[in-house]
Amino acid sequence: MAVDFELIMFFILAGVGIGTAAGMLLSRSAVYSALFLVLNFGAVAGFYLFLNAPFIAMAQITVYAGAIMVLFLFVIMLLGAEKLTPPEVLPWQRPLAVVLAGILILEAAYLLFLRTPGLGEIQMPGFGPDTSPAAIGAILFGKYLLPFEITSVLLLTAMVGAIVLVRPRKQGGGQE
Amino acid sequence: MPNPWVFIGLFIIIAAIIPIGAIVVALILGPKKPNPIKQSTYECGLETVGDSLVQFKAQYYVFALAFLIFDVEAVFLFPWAIAMNKMPLYVALEGVIFIVILVAGLVYTWRKGALEWV
Amino acid sequence: MIDLALVLEWVIKSLVVIFMLLGGFAYLTWFERRILARMQTRVGPNRAGWQGLLQPVADAVKLVFKEELIPARADKVIFVLAPILTVVPATVLAVVIPFGTQVILFGRQVNLAVADINVGILFLMAVASVAVYGIVLAGWSSNNKFALMGGMRSTAQMISYELALGLSFVLVALMADSLQLSEIVEAQRTMWFVVLQPVGAIVFLIVTLAEVNRAPFDMPEAEQELAAGFHSEYSGMKFALFFMAEYQKMIVISIIAVTLFFGGYLGPFIGRFPWLGPVYVLGKVVALLFGMVWIRATLPRIRYDRLMDLGWKVLLPLVLGLVLITATGILLADEFGNSLVWSIPVVSILAGFLTVGLVDRSLRRKFNALR
Repeated sequence: MAVDFELIMFFILAGVGIGTAAGMLLSRSAVYSALFLVLNFGAVAGFYLFLNAPFIAMAQITVYAGAIMVLFLFVIMLLGAEKLTPPEVLPWQRPLAVVLAGILILEAAYLLFLRTPGLGEIQMPGFGPDTSPAAIGAILFGKYLLPFEITSVLLLTAMVGAIVLVRPRKQGGGQE
Repeated sequence: MPNPWVFIGLFIIIAAIIPIGAIVVALILGPKKPNPIKQSTYECGLETVGDSLVQFKAQYYVFALAFLIFDVEAVFLFPWAIAMNKMPLYVALEGVIFIVILVAGLVYTWRKGALEWV
Repeated sequence: MIDLALVLEWVIKSLVVIFMLLGGFAYLTWFERRILARMQTRVGPNRAGWQGLLQPVADAVKLVFKEELIPARADKVIFVLAPILTVVPATVLAVVIPFGTQVILFGRQVNLAVADINVGILFLMAVASVAVYGIVLAGWSSNNKFALMGGMRSTAQMISYELALGLSFVLVALMADSLQLSEIVEAQRTMWFVVLQPVGAIVFLIVTLAEVNRAPFDMPEAEQELAAGFHSEYSGMKFALFFMAEYQKMIVISIIAVTLFFGGYLGPFIGRFPWLGPVYVLGKVVALLFGMVWIRATLPRIRYDRLMDLGWKVLLPLVLGLVLITATGILLADEFGNSLVWSIPVVSILAGFLTVGLVDRSLRRKFNALR
């Protein structure tokens, strides 16, 4: 009963994830694309919850849906061009895309059906290691000490880069 | 004990039904007599000139980027905040170094004048 | 596996919380209008029912029967979606809040919280960060210059203050050693966090005012400059939903402030009578809401560049400093005895005064330069 319920939830989430991803690619308006992407981030956060990782799910929503998408929306507004012009089509683009997509699907099918045991035998990773925020803190600051500090330097670099790129010029073209 | 997240999902659905219901009820009960003047864009009585999607200044972008960086920092600080005093002292110092590096970023942004809203 | 009685219990609890917020919204409008009127030596709404208590009902009936206008040039789907996207986060914030410990109801042990998750504070932060969308989309979809500017300004304002908000959450997490809201309340049994971190509580209250777009930070609405900003084009029920979101957010954010800094459901005799929990929460929330209305009656709206300066150059550095002060204080108390915990309030009050002094000096300099 419980497993069935989880399976149903999983398929709903998977449907939302794929549907919103497709919607993002196919919609003509940049704002709609951005909204679909937000929904997609929400579905991914749902998957993290499934994997018993609420901390990462919340971080996903806060950072991606909350911060990065606001940045995207600002860029869309900044350009003032919310309607996408039809992209220029290169003649060799479409056949190449079909070939590459075919290779990817074959690869995925091979890995899914031939290399791994049947789907029924895969354990639901619902009860993994302790994923409470305290445990994450202990791991982050114990085992992954150096990567964490490097992250802060990375963030600093990003900040400096942003300032250099968007240095306020004397004769700004835009208006509020 | 079932997963509380299921109930949070349920709560979100119930919370969404109320505004949707309110809009639907108002749609059924309210009068519908549209005319072109009513439906025109409201700009204090003036005719609308040009497109509304004017270009915004780059300042918004800088603030959004700075926000993004500090948001990531804040999220990282939560595990540190609750693990800090259960771990050896150097863990607390690590968090302090993390904050100091980002304060350096804030100072840099400030000195370069990117925080001026003009 | 799935206990039907339990599901029913959770659904009833959710409905109680949601309808409490709805009722709270209706009567908060009445409360605000009456108090504002008193502060301006007027009377305020007192006709519909005794003391005007039926006024919210009358308003609701009027709004239902109003014509819904959708501008011809608007993006209709998002135009209708935006008010819903604004209301839902305002309501959902309340889901993780504990209103009391446990009570016995119909022979069952009932937790007075809908979902007491172990990442409660992060959930609040995540939902608050998503709350931006309703406003920016309302501004964009109206296809109106005023609305778009209001929406953009509002977004920039909310993200700027979200940083200080997130870092003041970190302060609470440091003091309580937990992200679970019930544990945070329990950690305040000996002492409310407002005593330990008074400056943090003040920063939190200022930031929440900006997050809910209340005076003196009601720039997005700025009637005089932007003709009501992001909701210029909204009328009837959809306008009412924006209004509802604002007032629900006021209530919820007061509840959060109470939970994080003012001891939540704690009060005298709470151990013996667990039903007192929600009563204490209500009392503390009404006090905070009265403060919000009082601020609106007192302070004029601040200028937009000053608002951004306050967020980025005053509150953000201050709260970063407070995080360092609090962490140091806790470590000192751990190492050299508990009384050193009092270094936190002392040093943070000094930091608060220092900040106020620096702001004062900078403003004086600007003023003198102008002369």
